[in-house]
Amino acid sequence: MTKVFDSGNVACALAVKDVGVDFVAAYPITPQTSVVEKIASYIAEGEMDAKYLPVESEHSALSAVAAASAVGARVFTATSSQGLLYMHEILHYAAGGRLPIVMANVNRAINMPWCLYVDHQDAVSQRDTGWIQLFAASNQEIYDSVILAYKVAEEVQIPVMVNYDGFLVSHSSMPFETLEQDKIKEFLPPLDPPWRIHPQWGGTFGNVTPSEEYVPYRYALTEDIKKAGDVIVRCSKEYEKLTGRWHGGHFETYRPEGAEYFLFSMGSMGKEMEIAVDLLREQGIAAAGLRLRVFSPFPEEELAALLPAGAKLLVFDRNLVYGSAGGALLQLAKAAFFNRRDSLQVIGISLGLGGEDLPASVLVAKAREMMEVCK
Amino acid sequence: MNKKIVQPISRPVIGAGGLTGTWRTQRPVYDASLCNACLLCWIYCPEAAISKEDRTIDYTYCKGCGICAAECPKKAIYMEREESR
Repeated sequence: MTKVFDSGNVACALAVKDVGVDFVAAYPITPQTSVVEKIASYIAEGEMDAKYLPVESEHSALSAVAAASAVGARVFTATSSQGLLYMHEILHYAAGGRLPIVMANVNRAINMPWCLYVDHQDAVSQRDTGWIQLFAASNQEIYDSVILAYKVAEEVQIPVMVNYDGFLVSHSSMPFETLEQDKIKEFLPPLDPPWRIHPQWGGTFGNVTPSEEYVPYRYALTEDIKKAGDVIVRCSKEYEKLTGRWHGGHFETYRPEGAEYFLFSMGSMGKEMEIAVDLLREQGIAAAGLRLRVFSPFPEEELAALLPAGAKLLVFDRNLVYGSAGGALLQLAKAAFFNRRDSLQVIGISLGLGGEDLPASVLVAKAREMMEVCK
Repeated sequence: MNKKIVQPISRPVIGAGGLTGTWRTQRPVYDASLCNACLLCWIYCPEAAISKEDRTIDYTYCKGCGICAAECPKKAIYMEREESR
């Protein structure tokens, strides 16, 4: 275990190096971040034994890692913002192909107008592509989530996207601890795919299917994604046993004891929310922080089970569902509670778009505005 | 890794594409008396519907594309209009 003081992108790159990735393909130019630059330098300096393929687009980057995954390699790619949108078609291919790909996505605003800063619209708009989406809020959580992502992806054979906030986390230096490679191997055994494309294999990958074969296949994917939520929690606990590091299961809760108001958010906003919760508690308001770590599969039942009757869920979305009252978290949370007959209230706003600064004071003010509406 | 997960993979089997013989509008007819057994028809047939041994044509899967008739240097295969089904 080494203590490192560096950026979120370096935490991600180090995790990729430490899990023993065989193949990395990436588009190296904007909107790319320094994560693949760091990986390229590890490979060039012989610190990491992997193939690195710089390609001409994000569409090609994900296509290349999908192909490498299909021949049995452990793969990685990273992108951000518009790059993720450009991958959209292949996101479906990768999930439909049941390929255990891990990708880092640095959450940044999407065009137009052009903006560089943190925003969750990129990842949220890829929700229905069949990927598992994790959201990390600190450099330590990024490092640990990448390792967790491989464990989960290879067990359930569904690709995993590790999201973290652009600039606030990706480019901010924080202390974090790595893990020895032999310890990682204890947690994450070498990749053993059930099939792989090979000249002697004699099979076909992604062949044309009539609807009677397509339907059960699609159902299997959605059922398996649903079940993956429990796998994520189980593997997180296993990882905690090995390292003592715990960032939460589906959620990270903060001061939930006797809480009436639950401040629900995702990404680094969830960490700032802890300060906001402290401030609200000082003002005599029974507030708690609820930071979502697993955006997809959205833990509907777990969220419903977590909140006591009469609780008020205040949703802070860093994205928009255009034309609706707020963002994706609000919609998903409302759906989770629609069939509950108690007096639980769900209310939400979208804020922090395009990197709009969200200090705890702003979060407190917004929370109090929502509390007024709840009354 | 879980081996029970439904995978998007397939293996070749006879008739994987269904009864493609029903697609035919013309059928190839083989005349053994003209044939010199060069096997070009067997090589070219995209459906592997021609026997290597005796050039009998499997009409269950032959789509009637006519490639065999076009390639045959001895004109031992000719295309005949399918009777209305």
